[in-house]
Amino acid sequence: MKFLPLVIANLKRHKLRTILTICSVALALFLFASLRTVTTTLSAGSEVSSASRMITQNATAFVIPLPQTYATRLAAVPHVQLVTWANWFGGKYGDGKKFFAQFAIDPESYLKIYPEIQIPADQKEAFLKERSSAIIGEGLVRAFGWKVGDNVTIQGTIFPGDWTFTIRGIYHPTLKEYGDDSFMFHYDYLYEKYPDRVTPGWFIMKIDDPAASPVVAKTIDDQFRNSSAPTKTGTEKAFASGFASMWGNVKLLMSTIGMAVVFAILLVTANAMMMNQRERTSEVAVMKTVGFSDRRVFGLVIIEAAVISLTGAVLGLGAAILLPIVTGFGQGGFLPGFHVTGGTLFIGASVALLLTVASGIFPAWQAARLPVVQALRRVE
Amino acid sequence: MALVEIRNVDKSFKREAQTVDVYNGLTIDFDEGSYTALMGPSGSGKSTLLNLVAGLDKPTSGTVRVAGAEVSAMTASQLADWRARTIGFVFQSYNLLPVLTAHQNVELPLLLTNLNKKERAERTAIALGVVGLSDRMDHFPRQLSGGQEQRVAIARAIVADPTLILLDEPTGQLDAKSSEEVLELLRRLNEEFHKTIMIVTHDAKAAEHAKTILHLEKGVLLEREGVKMGGGIGTSGAVGVAG
Repeated sequence: MKFLPLVIANLKRHKLRTILTICSVALALFLFASLRTVTTTLSAGSEVSSASRMITQNATAFVIPLPQTYATRLAAVPHVQLVTWANWFGGKYGDGKKFFAQFAIDPESYLKIYPEIQIPADQKEAFLKERSSAIIGEGLVRAFGWKVGDNVTIQGTIFPGDWTFTIRGIYHPTLKEYGDDSFMFHYDYLYEKYPDRVTPGWFIMKIDDPAASPVVAKTIDDQFRNSSAPTKTGTEKAFASGFASMWGNVKLLMSTIGMAVVFAILLVTANAMMMNQRERTSEVAVMKTVGFSDRRVFGLVIIEAAVISLTGAVLGLGAAILLPIVTGFGQGGFLPGFHVTGGTLFIGASVALLLTVASGIFPAWQAARLPVVQALRRVE
Repeated sequence: MALVEIRNVDKSFKREAQTVDVYNGLTIDFDEGSYTALMGPSGSGKSTLLNLVAGLDKPTSGTVRVAGAEVSAMTASQLADWRARTIGFVFQSYNLLPVLTAHQNVELPLLLTNLNKKERAERTAIALGVVGLSDRMDHFPRQLSGGQEQRVAIARAIVADPTLILLDEPTGQLDAKSSEEVLELLRRLNEEFHKTIMIVTHDAKAAEHAKTILHLEKGVLLEREGVKMGGGIGTSGAVGVAG
């Protein structure tokens, strides 16, 4: 600790350079953590998906709906215990700057199939009774300040018009990966306004045996193969993975960009550290003359590098943690549960340590190996 | 009693393909409490002698002993510890660390000791008091005059109470008044605090403050006053032999 003032004084020698170097490290780790969080969030979505839920969508494209009549036929398929359906609404609230997902659902069956959606019993009852009511996640309460009993008007884009809903419940997901930023309302409310256009966007089935899912999928898809709306059925996990795969090879892309950024910053930091040491050749020689050993000089340079890297890491990783909280990024249902995981923080901290070693070791080694007499002769 | 004993020291440098001999069989003693000025033209080996005594450089052959310790046989790590306890070094261009205050510069050698913060502060204040800069503790080197900077450097050299103070052209960059102040300070350190001092200088006036003046030329001792050479004062003519 007694050497800390010396380390701090050296860091303050070129304040701007030190600040910029710390900012570089912070930016690198912020990008690294944020990009990695995109991949972990995508993965988490499929990891937490239930194996006992299956989804049937239009085989042609996810955005093309399916006939309502399929519900009863799906319910008749062996192993299927319960069927529900949902539809993408795609409206906007206010100026539309804060986007969130809205789904039209069949309330009773949907809430049975998704026990992860926790809602107080009285609120659930009120929601089920009132056709124009809606339930919202806690994330929307934070974002808009809505509360139970509020009337909320959403402008329809796919289904034009002003749609006013009364909020009757606020749900809390048992797993944050499910997200708490969706707006759900009665499918019937949508249907009664556009009976000619509204049909389910996709069906969700609860099956009694996850091991039977391939058979169930085949049975369903075979049943509708020659119809006007052929289906594509899979487990919810496969559906989530398929959704993630729409992003392309996101993981590889994100990892590559993240690593490239870290490597570039490593070079910048190492260069700044080496510049610092080159400018201080005479001072290192003086310190050695005073009695500082090679090992101690080495340690001091490494500590300087550590202060820069770890300060940058705290700022960068801290910013990555705060990003979804402050900006509301991740709302809208595309990346529900977007948050920096412990694993990402651990890797980020490890990268910072690696940065310390990689950027500090060469200048530290140079300083430790500096021949005092030659260095002094250069100065004197 | 000899504090510094130099025995049969050869020193040569490789300069590109050539070998340049500085000393050849140098033997000389410096007594405890002595104040010796080393004079001579550039390249005569004055600074090299200081570097050898401080353990900053190693002789090609021969031995250098300071206060009984064989400096020339120590490892780099042993030398660092030994220098921190035994040697105070002052440079021509002061070489204060610009990012540290006068107080922090003087405290630097004490960071290598087991003293606590309070003890370090006390000792630092005493050292700055000795050089007459108690009121400049929190000034950075850029806020001090050349003479003040050199006095801070001297405070840094004496703060750990070293056995031997080595000064390489300490007045080389100072005006006459500042030089006189520094030289007076050195005299006090020698006479009042009984510090052994070796000073390298080109300045005859500065050398006059020393009790003994040695003239070196091409590694050969040309004149000497009150210096033990070989076995005793003036008993050997083989102080240094030019190559």
